[in-house]
Amino acid sequence: MNTPEPFLGVTSHTPVRHHILSVMVENKAGVLARVAGLFARRGFNIYSLAVAPAETKARFSRITIVVDAESAPLEQIVEQLDKLVNVVAISDITPKEALERELLLATIKTNVDSRTSLLDVVGKSGAAIVDVDAGSVTLMLAGTPAACDELERELENYTTVELHRTGRVALPRLGKAAPASID
Amino acid sequence: MGGLFLLTNNKRNIVQLTGAQALIKSLEMEGVEVIFGLPGGAILPVYDPLIDSSIRHVLVRHEQGAGHMAEGYALATGRPGVAMVTSGPGATNIVTPIGNAHMDSTPLVIITGQVATVAIGTDAFQECDITGITMGITKHNFLVKSAHEIPRAVAAAFHIATTGRPGPVLVDVPKDVTQSMMEWWYPATLEELDLPGYHPVVELDQDRIRQAIDLITKAERPVLYVGGGTLKSRASAQLLSFAERTGMPVVTTLMARGAFPDSHPQHLGMPGMHGMYSAVTAIQKSDLLISLGARFDDRVTGNIPAFAPRAQIIHVDIDKAEFNKVRHADVAIRSNVGAVLEAFDAALAVPQNLDVWWKEINAWREAYPLVYDEPVAEGPLRPQFVIESIATAAAPGTIVTSGVGQHQMWASQFWKFEEPGTWVNSGGAGTMGFGVPAAIGAKVGRPDRTVWCIDGDGCFQMTAQELVTARAEGIPIKVAILNNAYLGMVRQWQEMFYEERYSEVYLSPDLPDYVKWAEAMGCVGLRATNVVEMHAAIATANSINDVPVVIDFRTDSSEKVFPMVAAGASNDDIMVHPLQRESK
Ligand SMILES: Cc1ncc(C[n+]2csc(CCOP(=O)(O)OP(=O)(O)O)c2C)c(N)n1
Ligand SMILES: [Mg+2]
Repeated sequence: MNTPEPFLGVTSHTPVRHHILSVMVENKAGVLARVAGLFARRGFNIYSLAVAPAETKARFSRITIVVDAESAPLEQIVEQLDKLVNVVAISDITPKEALERELLLATIKTNVDSRTSLLDVVGKSGAAIVDVDAGSVTLMLAGTPAACDELERELENYTTVELHRTGRVALPRLGKAAPASID
Repeated sequence: MGGLFLLTNNKRNIVQLTGAQALIKSLEMEGVEVIFGLPGGAILPVYDPLIDSSIRHVLVRHEQGAGHMAEGYALATGRPGVAMVTSGPGATNIVTPIGNAHMDSTPLVIITGQVATVAIGTDAFQECDITGITMGITKHNFLVKSAHEIPRAVAAAFHIATTGRPGPVLVDVPKDVTQSMMEWWYPATLEELDLPGYHPVVELDQDRIRQAIDLITKAERPVLYVGGGTLKSRASAQLLSFAERTGMPVVTTLMARGAFPDSHPQHLGMPGMHGMYSAVTAIQKSDLLISLGARFDDRVTGNIPAFAPRAQIIHVDIDKAEFNKVRHADVAIRSNVGAVLEAFDAALAVPQNLDVWWKEINAWREAYPLVYDEPVAEGPLRPQFVIESIATAAAPGTIVTSGVGQHQMWASQFWKFEEPGTWVNSGGAGTMGFGVPAAIGAKVGRPDRTVWCIDGDGCFQMTAQELVTARAEGIPIKVAILNNAYLGMVRQWQEMFYEERYSEVYLSPDLPDYVKWAEAMGCVGLRATNVVEMHAAIATANSINDVPVVIDFRTDSSEKVFPMVAAGASNDDIMVHPLQRESK
């Protein structure tokens, strides 16, 4: 088993053999720690993780975990996760069948020279300007992880004050077989 | 129950209880007969209603003792063991037994006191995050936030601890929660436990059963690889019936000793690092391994790629995370062991003719039985001979516990186990100091049985103070210290793999004086340095049934455990006893 890398949330480093686990958990104190702790002690790598209340808001939350299926066999990751008493259901969405989206927010320093070209980048990428002041703009992109990667690369030509990405969430594409659900 | 008062509502009786009373009453509802524990500030409220309860409390001298006693009780009786301790150091002192029970899938419910809810997170006196600490070594744990939730947490804890793959469950109860009032209720249905993610019961997959039967039918060299799950699912009767009907050879792992009678001609004994030559070799040469509640532990497999290279695997386990974890399963069946064996029997599944297979196996058995050097009358004693002599003089059904080390392996090898629940030991974690408190717990659970602890001198020193508990509580166990003056198992490794460079393994045979120490703890202390004294000491110990007895057996420090497969080596490279080497 590989040595686990620290949790970075750096989606631009998505491993080739990544899988998306959509994990429905009880909305109780400490459940995220149980999930994260399991990954840490079993040496499973997490590439990104997003948590929010699920559609049945009061009782359950959904954790979307992008896992590295090279750090451990996916079956082991899923079965060990399923043993957590607070885990209610796990769907494994293969990248091919997944609709993946992520949000990128970035504040970029601008001046008279750079502003026009930056606006150009924003326009082409489909991002939006959400805040402006004299010396900087904050832009936002909601798109595929690849689109966010692409924009992040473009922004390397500018001075970035801060750049945040949420980690992806995913749903199976319509018409695809329902993802393997383990409960 | 003290301080219980009834308030009459229009329609029904509402019983108002303190959280502490509700906790004790919940344990009574679960049929708990004994709690092993030690009080302190945060758990104080719960110790008051305990006075009026039918539940026995065994006051330990160290919380580690409480945990191992609960384990010994559970392993000897099959019922969940219960321990109760205070917050902070009380809770951290019981972490080792919790980890041990987690490794060996032993059902425990641990109640810990916690600081008041308002103080949680403030580094209050004796605060510690015990649910955080034990997250990775419990099957589940709860921090109870209100008195109303106590019955649900306790009922859920017992449900989780005892169903599916058993394990330890911890319930952390803040002091203000046990002090506040609640309207008594108790969950009457599983739904009320509110465990939407917990589904321990599964239907038997008949397709898989058919696939397994297909493999059985073709097998010419099958082996029944019996693990602790067979004991946990109480499947010994089904195992005996299936084994006798099919004529297959049986091996029982360290965790499964007693699941199949050692006296049975089809039993090859224990596999693994210190397993029987025939058991290890039969697995290596098998074409079908039927794993029954075993988990392909590294102490059994040795080098994994070299393990049973030609065998197909039928893997039966209640925990599906065990499938394909270490070894690919050709057929994986999620179930308790008994149901699968019954299905095989119902279908009259039989392998090919096994005459050739048995001929090979019997040749290995005859060539490499368990042996040890000739006993020397004047001593030092052969540890194997001491164990055999105790076993010969012991009543049938005697329960044996052990510490961890050479003495543990010899106990497993040389004691002949005939029924479930008679071998109580620490397998997955290998926790030194397990033996004495586990023996106390086993004796509390099975007072009708004789309980011997086969201990090492190193292990004895870790938890011996619980003999004070045993004497005070009237729990007459018998302890055999195989005093080789060394951390013997480590010494063996240093001798064999570190060029006899002995580093920090010498203990001294005389310090402490085990006889005086035993006497100081209210026990009978005996010493045996030669064969005559050995037999006399065993006879004396067997004649004493009111107080604990400790015997200091002076054994040979140079003895090593054989057979042995070096860590990480292939099982094919098993080292037999020096007496057998020329003939190999
Ligand atoms: C708590 C703990 N610490 C250390 C070890 C490592 N260890 C395994 S066996 C052993 C020696 C045990 O000595 P003793 O009880 O005298 O038994 P012997 O091997 O001599 O029979 C040690 C130190 C362990 N298993 N458990
Ligand atoms: Mg020793």
